[in-house]
Amino acid sequence: MSEVKIEKLCKSYGPVEVLKDINLTVGDGSFVVLVGPSGCGKSTLLRSIAGLEPVNSGNMTIGGRQVNDLPPAQREIAMVFQSYALYPHMDVYNNMAFGLKFAKTPKAEIEARVNEAARILQLEPLLKRRPRELSGGQRQRVAIGRAIVRKPQVFLFDEPLSNLDAALRINTRVEIAKLHKMLKATIVYVTHDQVEAMTLADKIVVMNKGRVEQAGKPLELYYKPNNLFVAGFIGSPAMNFLPAQVKKGGILALSDGQELKAALPSSCKAGDTVTLGFRPEHMTLGGAGKFALTGIIDIIERLGESGFAHVRLPSGHTVVAEVRGDPRTGSGQSAKLTFDADYLHIFNAEGQRLD
Amino acid sequence: MRKSASAIAVHGILILYTALALFPILLVIMNSFKARKAIFGSPLALPTPTTFSLIGYDRVFGDSSIVSYYLNSITVTGGTIFFTLLFGAMAAWALTEYKFRWNTLLALFLAVGIMVPIRLGSVSIIQLIVELNLINTLTALILVYTAQNLPLSIFILSEFIAQIPKDLREAGRCDGLSEYSIFFYIVLPLIRPAMATVAVFTMIPVWNDLWFPLLLAPTGGKQTITLGIQQFLGQYITDWNAVLSALSTAIIPVLILYVIFSRQLIRGLTSGAVK
Ligand SMILES: Nc1ncnc2c1ncn2[C@@H]1O[C@H](COP(=O)(O)OP(=O)(O)OP(=O)(O)O)[C@@H](O)[C@H]1O
Ligand SMILES: [Mg+2]
Repeated sequence: MSEVKIEKLCKSYGPVEVLKDINLTVGDGSFVVLVGPSGCGKSTLLRSIAGLEPVNSGNMTIGGRQVNDLPPAQREIAMVFQSYALYPHMDVYNNMAFGLKFAKTPKAEIEARVNEAARILQLEPLLKRRPRELSGGQRQRVAIGRAIVRKPQVFLFDEPLSNLDAALRINTRVEIAKLHKMLKATIVYVTHDQVEAMTLADKIVVMNKGRVEQAGKPLELYYKPNNLFVAGFIGSPAMNFLPAQVKKGGILALSDGQELKAALPSSCKAGDTVTLGFRPEHMTLGGAGKFALTGIIDIIERLGESGFAHVRLPSGHTVVAEVRGDPRTGSGQSAKLTFDADYLHIFNAEGQRLD
Repeated sequence: MRKSASAIAVHGILILYTALALFPILLVIMNSFKARKAIFGSPLALPTPTTFSLIGYDRVFGDSSIVSYYLNSITVTGGTIFFTLLFGAMAAWALTEYKFRWNTLLALFLAVGIMVPIRLGSVSIIQLIVELNLINTLTALILVYTAQNLPLSIFILSEFIAQIPKDLREAGRCDGLSEYSIFFYIVLPLIRPAMATVAVFTMIPVWNDLWFPLLLAPTGGKQTITLGIQQFLGQYITDWNAVLSALSTAIIPVLILYVIFSRQLIRGLTSGAVK
């Protein structure tokens, strides 16, 4: 059992509150990804779990053991830093063995563990090299190896792939997913990358300004975002938002007079101001969806098989819609966008989801 | 064309300067191998089979006290380097890594130490050393020299320690190292080039110093070599053979130390730690 439980965690640097009342459970063997805009406190949360950062209040347990006052080494965690943080004056073998030596692990055991990790990560031919003689991807693997050999209860990753180039990032991402399966490890992982978050996570935690906005399965966050922030943060390109007025009979009136008719949630009353959200990938140019909006095409970004049409509505709002194949139209043309009512998100004036 | 002309000019100047700097040393070494008459007869000539003589070296090494003066100098210089580096690195680490109340004030205090020459305090230092009963001991010299060199070495080492990525120290903490182990196993190896630099500029003035040996350990067989050589310089007669030989041999230990330290002056030791 290596569940991580965080209750009412608060942390501030002087007068600046960086983490505000964080509650989070990382299930045994699960892969939790922390996402959020820069400066929202992801690294701080991770470092608090590691014990590198003292917290102001709150409770933290790892594997049922309270760890609030334990130093990092006794928390049975292993951290993989964004900068890798390999010891430059030691070869790969010693980088991995260093922590074990300090824990007075028997020599044979150290050797067995390091060799095992080297085998898993394909580092065997590199064991005698110094970090400066390794490529970025290899350094990354050594950093992961250093974490593996300690057999921690929890792995903590802080943006481990952000220093790698695109191709290597995809490779390593797959490697990490495999590793998670193989080791059945509990992992907390910070990233900026949507794709990493969606593909790796059992559970995504979206943070904003030191708070958890929503935590849930990737698809849950994608299809049922709790609020405007999560709706706008998850998905790429971002969800389209349009202000609308609720009218009698389930009519949604946009500011330019276009109207949509939908089965509105019961909490929606006539006269309310709401925000409508729909994802670019759920809209089609032309086509025969139940909802339709018209506007003028500003530009079409073509990525090959698909692309994104930026369409300006009469109200002045721009809506992005995915286009497949060759739409045979272009800038300045008028366009009709259709989409399915199932994919419409409605948020109230406070930005909370209405269901 | 222009470029090579200026390169020649630069090299010309450098060669000239090198020759100028090396000339007296060469002269000392050359003449130390000559007989007394030849030293004065033709000071600029190389030793020839007829003028060659080892009499100076004979006299220097025949005098057992000179050998012990060498050992004194080596002990004092070595001890000073050791303590300056150890305490300097420790203080630098504490000042950069830990935020405590008097941090800034302490750093300022040390900065003042760089600017005020320690010789201004000679009188009180003598009083202190006498009080401590350390007069005519090597300990006195090591203590004073360490104090003299600490401020600047702390200043320089702090700069280097601040450049060690924070992640590395935290990786150490995650690996279960105590703060002392982090210092000895991670920080010290990484600032080796800086320590070599500090060692080199600590060593030479200490080795050559005449002031404090004269004040603090002038007798009792605790003289350093620079002071010890003075016995060959009499008021009426000076044993030039011995003086030149002693000076020549006095260069060797610093030269060896320099070679040892300069090999550590490899740049980019931290490369590869982080992206
Ligand atoms: N030592 C510190 N002193 C004061 N404020 C700090 C300190 N470290 C971090 N902060 C502040 O805490 C907030 C959260 O920082 P943190 O590093 O956790 O952000 P992050 O979510 O990891 O951002 P990024 O995605 O850019 O890495 C930031 O606003 C930052 O300015
Ligand atoms: Mg961060």
